[in-house]
Amino acid sequence: MANTVNIKIDGIDVSVEAGKTVLDAAKKLNIHIPTLCYHEDLCVAGNCRVCVVEQEGVNNLVASCAIPAQKGMVIHTNSHKVRNARRHVVELLLSEHNADCTKCYKNTKCELQDLASEMVINEHMFMDLVPDKNYTTDKQSPSIIKDDSKCIRCQRCVRTCHDLQHVSALGVAYKGDHMKISTFFEHPMYEVVCTNCGQCVNRCPTGALIEKNYLDEVWDAIYDEDKHVIVQTAPATRIALGEDLGMESGSIVTGKMAASLRRLGFDSVLDTDFSADLTIMEEGTELLTRLKKALVDKDTSVKLPMFTSCSPGWVKFLEHTYPDYLDNLSTCKSPQQMFGALAKTYYAEKKGLDPDKIVCVSIMPCTAKKFEANRPEMRDSGYQDVDMGLTTRELAVMIKQAGIDFQELPDEKFDSLMGESSGAAVIFGATGGVMEAALRTAYEIVTGREVPFKNLNITAVRGMEGVREANIKLENVLPAWSFLEGVELKTAVAHGLTNAHQIMEAIHKGEANYHFVEVMGCPGGCIGGGGQPIPTTPEIRRKRAEAIYREDEGMAVRKSHENPEVQQIYREFLGEPLSDKSHWLLHTHYVKRKRV
Amino acid sequence: MPDKKLKRVDIIFNEDCNCNEVLTNSLKKSKDEILKEILDSGLRGRGGAGFPTGLKWKFASQEAEKEKYVVCNADEGEPGTFKDREILTRVPLKVFGGMAICAKVIGAKQGYVYLRGEYQFLKADLEKSLEEFHAVLKDIGFDFQIKITMGAGAYICGEESALFESMEGNRGEPRNKPPYPTVSGFRNKPTVINNVETLVDSFMICRIGSQKFMELGTTDSRGSKLFSISGDTPIAGIYELELGMALEDFVEEFGDGDTKAVQVGGASGFCVPRKKFKETIIGFEGVPTGGSMMLFNSSRSMYNVLKNYVEFFEEESCGQCTPCRVGCQQLKKGIEAIKKGEKSASYLKTLQKLAETMKVSSKCGLGQSVANSFSSIVDNFKEEMIY
Ligand SMILES: Cc1cc2nc3c(=O)[nH]c(=O)nc-3n(C[C@H](O)[C@H](O)[C@H](O)COP(=O)(O)O)c2cc1C
Ligand code: SF4
Ligand code: SF4
Ligand code: SF4
Ligand code: SF4
Ligand code: FES
Repeated sequence: MANTVNIKIDGIDVSVEAGKTVLDAAKKLNIHIPTLCYHEDLCVAGNCRVCVVEQEGVNNLVASCAIPAQKGMVIHTNSHKVRNARRHVVELLLSEHNADCTKCYKNTKCELQDLASEMVINEHMFMDLVPDKNYTTDKQSPSIIKDDSKCIRCQRCVRTCHDLQHVSALGVAYKGDHMKISTFFEHPMYEVVCTNCGQCVNRCPTGALIEKNYLDEVWDAIYDEDKHVIVQTAPATRIALGEDLGMESGSIVTGKMAASLRRLGFDSVLDTDFSADLTIMEEGTELLTRLKKALVDKDTSVKLPMFTSCSPGWVKFLEHTYPDYLDNLSTCKSPQQMFGALAKTYYAEKKGLDPDKIVCVSIMPCTAKKFEANRPEMRDSGYQDVDMGLTTRELAVMIKQAGIDFQELPDEKFDSLMGESSGAAVIFGATGGVMEAALRTAYEIVTGREVPFKNLNITAVRGMEGVREANIKLENVLPAWSFLEGVELKTAVAHGLTNAHQIMEAIHKGEANYHFVEVMGCPGGCIGGGGQPIPTTPEIRRKRAEAIYREDEGMAVRKSHENPEVQQIYREFLGEPLSDKSHWLLHTHYVKRKRV
Repeated sequence: MPDKKLKRVDIIFNEDCNCNEVLTNSLKKSKDEILKEILDSGLRGRGGAGFPTGLKWKFASQEAEKEKYVVCNADEGEPGTFKDREILTRVPLKVFGGMAICAKVIGAKQGYVYLRGEYQFLKADLEKSLEEFHAVLKDIGFDFQIKITMGAGAYICGEESALFESMEGNRGEPRNKPPYPTVSGFRNKPTVINNVETLVDSFMICRIGSQKFMELGTTDSRGSKLFSISGDTPIAGIYELELGMALEDFVEEFGDGDTKAVQVGGASGFCVPRKKFKETIIGFEGVPTGGSMMLFNSSRSMYNVLKNYVEFFEEESCGQCTPCRVGCQQLKKGIEAIKKGEKSASYLKTLQKLAETMKVSSKCGLGQSVANSFSSIVDNFKEEMIY
């Protein structure tokens, strides 16, 4: 074949596509070459140098992650020279590193530690440089802790924030021995453009960027007899949690998750999927109302396209970067926050609980949810609506701490009231899911018929393409919606903030003319959230997305408006979508933020 | 045994050269003719690495891409080196001329001079010369423009790929190679980047012919070169000398009679002790240099010399790759500890092994060359390191 290259690695011939690296070729042979700065989602940096290999005929070693396979190359991955250099590189990293593993959040989950352990380092070869450094730790953000003393300067976070998220909150500052990863003028992460998406946390190989954990606070609440602790779980947790507990990616663990939460001692085990369905009711109605105002009343103050608002990373990105578009954001709170507001009002009322004694904990695939829960706007119940947001990873830690054999757990159901959900809510977890769920409901409201897609699967909005568009023509609509007759509803979906930026630029330049745009802050949507199990790679995201759609297809109820508990809450509490009560508890507003 | 005696040469600054005429005549030649001259001359880059200039131009000329660039590397960051500044002050038209000739060969329409930040004061005069130069090109009808870009003030920005990053407005961090600049340089387009002096040599080769140039120097090191001579010498300054001389002759001419070592090629070069002056040839077959020659007499502490170099690298490393960033810190801390007796003399061995790792595994030339001065000084002046 013309486009393949033949090389020899450790005596074995291998052929790879032209353009592939020596590291790719070695993988094909199942030869493991250690890496640190390399990550499948990111452009190649070639800076850690731990992946160096020997190329015959070349004096210097070459970085296997960065060097393209070239015809006739003869490579040795484990020669004396390679071992020496690799050992030195790891020793050097350790000499700059505050290797206090026993009190490190990443203990046993750290790529540097793995390497050191593999190399069996008994005594350090070099001198300790840590006392010469003025390392600092930034703990001010409610989402993320940045500890420079654990940083190996691989720049995965920098590339993530710049390339995948188009935020560039993190960059490289200074040079030489002072070189470090820093924010704008070394301001705390809390005060800069950081969206709290946690994508950097998900890719940091060490304990330098970690989520702020609330494990002790949650345990304390559980042990507090006086408190009623409610837990809610986001759609994307149930297809990823298993990965941190020894299971394959793509395992669906909804039932085991509910069972484990009960065993951990939560008093009510409920589901954010319920409020995801509720979001569809509110957001779908909001969209139709906006359309009516724009098309019938010719009200120019109504902003279109309407943007989804369930991703707090995306919301904060917009607040910083495109503050002129805040009125385009749906006023709907995210499902987490709708849930929190209802937990301390509706749920409390129904169950006869004192809202003052309710602690609302959420399990999220996301680190930005921690920030969101702490937003001052999110106190409509009269209390902080959501008290603590945990990541999928933190839940896995709690399950391990409690000694639960997760894989052997029976499947259990969520508790009732705010525990019921539809397939439409489940797919919130994947990019395109909110759009699909909204269309399933809105189309039916307007036409009285189900969306015209096989099995209700709107495949045009699914997939991993960065930006996707889908148009749906509304025909033979019900009389109440006659103004929509013949209208082609134009929608678009973007995931990852770089793609969000792209779509915003198109809208800003007037090149795109949508009615409704779904944006998820993380690549792949929540399945690839910053709080999901590490590693998250393109392949793993694909498997998680597949699981989400499998879960949806297996559900009895597939449309949000058919969720019986959603119907019940409108009957008994909210009245109808966009009612005064809805506005009070389920909707919010946004704030303009600085661009640094 | 070196057969070349020290010989002063006058090509670079030669003033009987009507630059505009040379430029006009050179650009009349076909690109193949020019390329052949440069290839035949055996000219190798004067910026340090010594890559054959003709080959570099040839590679870039073979690229199909339409957008190409010529960049003149005038970042001159090596401590104690100021030859490029002298060239740009005295014969800027020769530099621009070299760039135009290169542009003709490779098919570039835009050139850049990346000028060291500290040389800001040269800019106004350079702009003036550029006006004259652009006018000549206009007369000839040759479509080529040069712009001056100011450097970012870091030594690493002299490294070609870091220089491109800096020109593109990014942090000056070296890129992975391959791809090399002739394939993907400035704005990821095929780019020839040459040192100031290399460009002048190319220009002068077009004037005097490759034959004449080849008469100077040795098989591996054709021609002459500018040397910035400093340290313990009564006659510090810039001299153009024929390549391939013995260091012994050099010291005889420039030393103060008590020279114990010469640092050839600056911080990233090699230290040659007195006992090796005789056998050492200055040139690519022996000890190469980007131009810096620093002489030390017996009053100097080689420990201090080394410490200065290591400190320089510790600070000037871009900091992105592990061997260089941390290696430099360890080398410095290590020699200090040995000197103070906190580490035993045997730790020097560990450090030398580390320097070797830095050489073979660093990402760019900076980290790769720290071992040059480190090992040559430690090897030759071990006692001074310990006591
Ligand atoms: C750390 C470092 C600094 C460098 N600084 C310079 C410099 O200031 N000027 C220069 O011409 N080349 C410098 N170089 C070499 C350039 O990378 C490049 O090889 C040179 O500009 C090519 O030109 P030449 O072929 O004409 O020598 C440096 C290289 C390294 C590794
Ligand atoms: S980052 Fe890794 S190596 Fe460092 S202290 Fe934490 S677990 Fe240990
Ligand atoms: S913070 Fe983490 S990802 Fe970023 S450079 Fe440091 S170790 Fe790498
Ligand atoms: S959390 Fe997201 S926005 Fe913030 S620094 Fe990390 S990648 Fe950038
Ligand atoms: S060798 Fe030094 S200067 Fe070069 S890339 Fe590595 S850290 Fe930067
Ligand atoms: S993994 Fe190749 S250099 Fe870091």
